[in-house]
Amino acid sequence: MAQIFRPGADTYARMVLLSIVLLPTLAIFLTYLVMRSSTVTGQDFVLHQWPPFSHAHHAGELGIGCRMCHNSVEKAASAGMPSTHVCMTCHSQIWTNAPMLAPVRESLADDKPLHWTRVNDLPDYVYFDHSVHVNNGVGCSTCHGPVDTMPLMRQAAPLTMGWCLDCHRSPEKFVRPTDKIYDFDWQPPADQEEKGKRLLVQYHIETSHLTDCSVCHR
Amino acid sequence: MTAPSALGLLPPGATYASVTASVADPVLREQAGRRWWLVFVVGLVLTVVMLGSMFWLFYEGIGIFGNNTSVVWGYPIANYVWWIGIGNAGTLISCMLLLTRQKWRSSINRFAEAMTLFAAAIAGLFPILHLGRPMYFYWLVPYPNTMGTWPQWRSPLVWDFFAIASYIIFSIVFWYVGAIPDFATFRDRAKSRAGQLIYGALALGWRGSARHWVRYEAFYHTMAALGVPLVVSVHSVVGLDFAAGNMPGWQETIFPPYFVVGAMFSGFAMVVVLAAVTRSFLKVEALVSLHHFEAMAKILLAGSIVMGLSYATEAYQGWYAGDDVDRTFLAFQFHGAYAWLYWCQIAFNVFVPQLFWAPAIRRSIPALLVIAVLINVGMYLERILLIINTLSRGHLPAEWSLFAPTLWDWLLLGGSLGFFMLLFACFLRLVPAVSMHEVKQLVPAEAAA
Repeated sequence: MAQIFRPGADTYARMVLLSIVLLPTLAIFLTYLVMRSSTVTGQDFVLHQWPPFSHAHHAGELGIGCRMCHNSVEKAASAGMPSTHVCMTCHSQIWTNAPMLAPVRESLADDKPLHWTRVNDLPDYVYFDHSVHVNNGVGCSTCHGPVDTMPLMRQAAPLTMGWCLDCHRSPEKFVRPTDKIYDFDWQPPADQEEKGKRLLVQYHIETSHLTDCSVCHR
Repeated sequence: MTAPSALGLLPPGATYASVTASVADPVLREQAGRRWWLVFVVGLVLTVVMLGSMFWLFYEGIGIFGNNTSVVWGYPIANYVWWIGIGNAGTLISCMLLLTRQKWRSSINRFAEAMTLFAAAIAGLFPILHLGRPMYFYWLVPYPNTMGTWPQWRSPLVWDFFAIASYIIFSIVFWYVGAIPDFATFRDRAKSRAGQLIYGALALGWRGSARHWVRYEAFYHTMAALGVPLVVSVHSVVGLDFAAGNMPGWQETIFPPYFVVGAMFSGFAMVVVLAAVTRSFLKVEALVSLHHFEAMAKILLAGSIVMGLSYATEAYQGWYAGDDVDRTFLAFQFHGAYAWLYWCQIAFNVFVPQLFWAPAIRRSIPALLVIAVLINVGMYLERILLIINTLSRGHLPAEWSLFAPTLWDWLLLGGSLGFFMLLFACFLRLVPAVSMHEVKQLVPAEAAA
């Protein structure tokens, strides 16, 4: 009887057997990488803004505090975006004719708010509250990174749920004293673990319920 | 009745060649008959109905089902439990009967395993279909996700996922490995080039050498030994889906073994139906003989007695525990809105199979078919009543409400039956439906007898 397969068929058979193991492994590994890449998380992406507001200039070089513009950060869920009038506090006096600031002047003249592109965008089913964080030892730079060095705002953290839980599971690694919340130069000291644990007591942070679903989702 | 031989499992004068011919020729040499096409087309139409219902479900959401805020599980979960139960008997026949050296299994194990595979696969669909957000079903898988979370290990639903997944993977591998020597036979007898290539690839270069057989037997028996605990675990876990809840009628320690027996009971009933179908389509009346049906009828009889005992135990425990909610539930089960269904269930599962005490009924194919279908209906009633009886009479009287299935409930159930028919019809025309190499092992013994 004639042979059905040529000798090369064995190679194909082995390749198929190998790929039954390799392809799913590879697919899982690739998905793992892609889901953590900035393409999906948006981390480190600098978005176009008009006007091209520079935090590096205002917060870094000029030393304007965060709460000058984001004035509800200690009181509300949203940190708050400045009204055009806040911009005009200075820009009615300086750089009054700068082409870069034309949208601000138009906004004031037309009585229409400026349109910013949101950089740190959480899903709508996450009820993030700024006030509870900044009042309990979480500084701006912990999540937003070195904003005072960013010419245009970029997303410093991946903003995945796993990243949120890194802190919610062990907040003692991240909390800082009350007077350092708005300090962009603050770095965790060598004895952060020990100091952090004392700060948890001071802020009354009950870690056992910090990862309950309803803390962030309703 | 002519006694064909001492064992009576093979026709008189059966040889290796006649066994091969009776299984392979209908597939490789003969055209599919009109009856086969009828089954195929009906199955295809119902499959389209199932796919259409699934599309509408995904588009519109689970509101299309009869489920309500109290009866939160309805047909989808009943379908799931029923199908996975059907899927239990194939592995039982294959593994437990192989290990206990029941020779009559070899004629029916292949299509019983195929039944298992198809039924378990269909069963696996329904937990996904009953989800509000079915696209996230994979959250049951423990994988390193960006949410930094793992599945809830204390939830029986997660155990369920593992039980079904390992059972389906096991069923595929066991079924395929068992068929390798037969695929080689098909390869050697195939007339078309495509047939040679496809069956040749599936046979994995099987030559039937002594070394092949030694390794094959060792592997196959090891798999069979693995299969027995799996078949018990898969339906025990389905039982725990209910028993781990705190609802009346669910929270019972008897559930895991009771579910396993119920599953084997309904699965064997389905095997009887499919055996009757297979032997008439493949004209293998000689290989699947009345002796096989008689053996299966005895198992069904034993199953019905255990089921009766389980129902009685369940009712007794509910009464003896004395809790108001349990007694309310029992009263509802016996006298409530669905009581007539409950008494049908008892009649079909416990009393009708008692007819098998009569040898004439055990050897009558029409009687067997009718009783087997009634058992399958009775087992479906058991699954749906398990859900709607309990959920209609929960702890809070203010939340008591009745369940009524919608058109889509019926279409999805009927569609899944059609999909099963379609898969089984394809199986009959494409795969060696009777395990030739295992039947042939009986030839020398029969010849000597």
